[in-house]
Amino acid sequence: MKTVRHTRGSRRLSLAAVTGTAALLLTACGGGSGFEDEGGDGGEQSSGGPITVLIGSSGDAETNAVTDAVNAWAEESGTDAKVQVAADLNQQLAQGFAGGEPADVFYLSTDQLAAYAGNGSLEPYAADLENSGEFFPALEEAFTYEDEFWCAPKDFSTLGLLINNRLWEDAGLTEDDIPTTWEELRSVAEQLTDGKTPGLAFGPEYQRVGVFFEQNGGGLVSDDGSEATVNSAENVEALTFVQDMMKDGVAAWSSDIGAGWGGEAFGKELSAMTIEGNWIAGAMENDFPDIDYQVAPLPAGPEGEATLQYTNCWGIAADSDNIEGSVELVDYLTAAEQQMAFADAFGVMPSVEPAAEEWKEAYPEMAAFIDSADFARNLPTQEGANDVIADMNAQLAGLKGGNPQQILDGVQQNMEAVVSQ
Amino acid sequence: MVARAKSSRSPGPGIKGRQQLAGWIFISPVVVLLGLFLFVPVLMAAWVSVSDWTGRGSPFAADVGYVGTENYSQILTGGGLATQDFGTSIRNNLYYVLFVVPLQTALSLFLAVLVSRRIMRGRGFFRTAFYFPSVTSSVAITVLWLFLFSQSGVVNKILSWFTIDGPNWFADPRGVIHVFLRAVGVESAPQALATNEFLGISWWQWVSGPSMAMSAFILMAIFTTSGTFMLLFIAGLQSIGPEIEEAAMMDRANAWRRFIHVTLPMLKPTLFTVITLGLIGTWQVFDQIYVGTQGGPAKTTLTPAYLSFNEAFNQGDWGEGAAIAFILFAIIVFFTIVQRFVLRERDTVKKPRTKRSQAVAVEVER
Repeated sequence: MKTVRHTRGSRRLSLAAVTGTAALLLTACGGGSGFEDEGGDGGEQSSGGPITVLIGSSGDAETNAVTDAVNAWAEESGTDAKVQVAADLNQQLAQGFAGGEPADVFYLSTDQLAAYAGNGSLEPYAADLENSGEFFPALEEAFTYEDEFWCAPKDFSTLGLLINNRLWEDAGLTEDDIPTTWEELRSVAEQLTDGKTPGLAFGPEYQRVGVFFEQNGGGLVSDDGSEATVNSAENVEALTFVQDMMKDGVAAWSSDIGAGWGGEAFGKELSAMTIEGNWIAGAMENDFPDIDYQVAPLPAGPEGEATLQYTNCWGIAADSDNIEGSVELVDYLTAAEQQMAFADAFGVMPSVEPAAEEWKEAYPEMAAFIDSADFARNLPTQEGANDVIADMNAQLAGLKGGNPQQILDGVQQNMEAVVSQ
Repeated sequence: MVARAKSSRSPGPGIKGRQQLAGWIFISPVVVLLGLFLFVPVLMAAWVSVSDWTGRGSPFAADVGYVGTENYSQILTGGGLATQDFGTSIRNNLYYVLFVVPLQTALSLFLAVLVSRRIMRGRGFFRTAFYFPSVTSSVAITVLWLFLFSQSGVVNKILSWFTIDGPNWFADPRGVIHVFLRAVGVESAPQALATNEFLGISWWQWVSGPSMAMSAFILMAIFTTSGTFMLLFIAGLQSIGPEIEEAAMMDRANAWRRFIHVTLPMLKPTLFTVITLGLIGTWQVFDQIYVGTQGGPAKTTLTPAYLSFNEAFNQGDWGEGAAIAFILFAIIVFFTIVQRFVLRERDTVKKPRTKRSQAVAVEVER
């Protein structure tokens, strides 16, 4: 009997030890390092601590340009600041916010704004910037959530029509033939089509085909963002227009002709025209330097000119130790001359209107892109909208043999669920 | 209870007790490590899956609310995009498992039998060659695969020798069963399949089969993992002594019969291991998808593991992401139990009968 009790006692003891260790561990997790919510107490953020800038870079040119700019500011202001290049920006941002130690300044895309602004991760600073009034209005709108201008657009891009000059001339077309209406677009695409090589190709995604929706007065949501309008008659008509061109073989998705994106199809001369943004300039220079091309604004639809624009902003974390310094840094980075330096380095367009003229003078061949800013629209930014668009893109891949009305009806349901939240 | 009964029987109780304490101390580093890096995170994820945590600060902070099974019902019965995505990912992964597990098991067994033959020359070379894909990083192989299966890639070139117009693999969302049905004249979905749905997608979509893109991933999985499982089978084959095979030879069993009735039953434990590991591995497929297609084309390579990651990190739906992870866990456990049941030892009932039938067969041959 005694022996039994003895063993039992020691077992209990060791069990207690194990449980104790586990409990200690748990408290260690809860109390100390990563998981504590440190942003709540607020107040004394501007302790002048070092600033981390997290960017998702397109390549060395962008990394070096941003690093140089941040270093220059750090020297000027005396605040320590360093740039970190994210391998997977969304994931690293999410991790930072969850851990309570986010980067102070970071790239933030329009589709992430609602989620991070909604859960209080972001500092709404943009209205206090020195050049706050100078941003393009449509860009300001893109980063406005619940009537607050959250973060400063760092630059932007619009979509334009890219034309391969050699193929254009081979088809007997001239400067005057550059399409300005849907009918003209269709007819030049027909003339440029050569056997299995379509005249026009672009990526199978709303981010490209959406320009036709907007040109026809449609769009995924109503102007105030309160209603889903995916299956409106305008959109169905626009999508049918694109589908007809595909059925006739004069247009194709870039993926259907063996290219990863519109730029690749265009560079490899798998199509004579594509719809892409100004980032294509860098790709053409690096990968396809021999292709001679020009940029035109997209043709106007039945309801006038329209294009889509893409932009990122400089987000500042609400949990940052040095919000004041971060705002100063963004002020520096969004100033007209600094944005021109970025434009020189990696081909973006400045987000402030006063720099637009300068940009146009520096890059006359790209003028169509910045001219398109006047009629550029944003993608819906409601929380969950990018999920719906991703789903829509999945269905657009099958557009050629599909039914536009049916595709849009399905997306409409999903979009309704998003806007009614 | 068992420990107590044992220790009461054994002599020298005091030493035994101290031994036990020492045992606990010895394993404590592992217990602590497992607790810290496995048990605690799992518990945290379990909490996140029933909370409305938005991804900012601690999930245990005061402002994070308990929402019960809302995240789970959103995925399983909500009927919205979350359900559709989950249903699509389950369909994709189900086909992936359905093709990869049997094929990789069969192929690895075949390779193992080949390279285990004692008369074969250059066994070592072939063993290394077959094992090579397994030790190469899956990211590297995925990139290689993207090249091989591109529109103008090697695979399509070879197909063109046989006048087959290869698909644009990684951009082709058509399911292979749909393609086959279309080839035999079934153009659109039968009414019953098109109108009824499960997990947000119609039965017609459920029977689509793996897409061309997923088929490429299936081939890749078979290619990369067969080597690993071949090793397991080789080990299993080596534990079967040559005398058993000799005995079967004496019974005039031919090579095929020796394999089916002697080797295979004796490999059953290995088979169980291989299928279990295969099931777990295939249901958790993530890195190939992340590197290769990110779920595209048309979501036909979306898998629950990738969807979980995407929901949490890219969409900020941490609760749903965690819930998908737990549903995936349940699916894996379920399938493992099923195959355990199928492969359970039935020797007590079956053995006499097979023996007798074999005896009869031998009689008849005479």
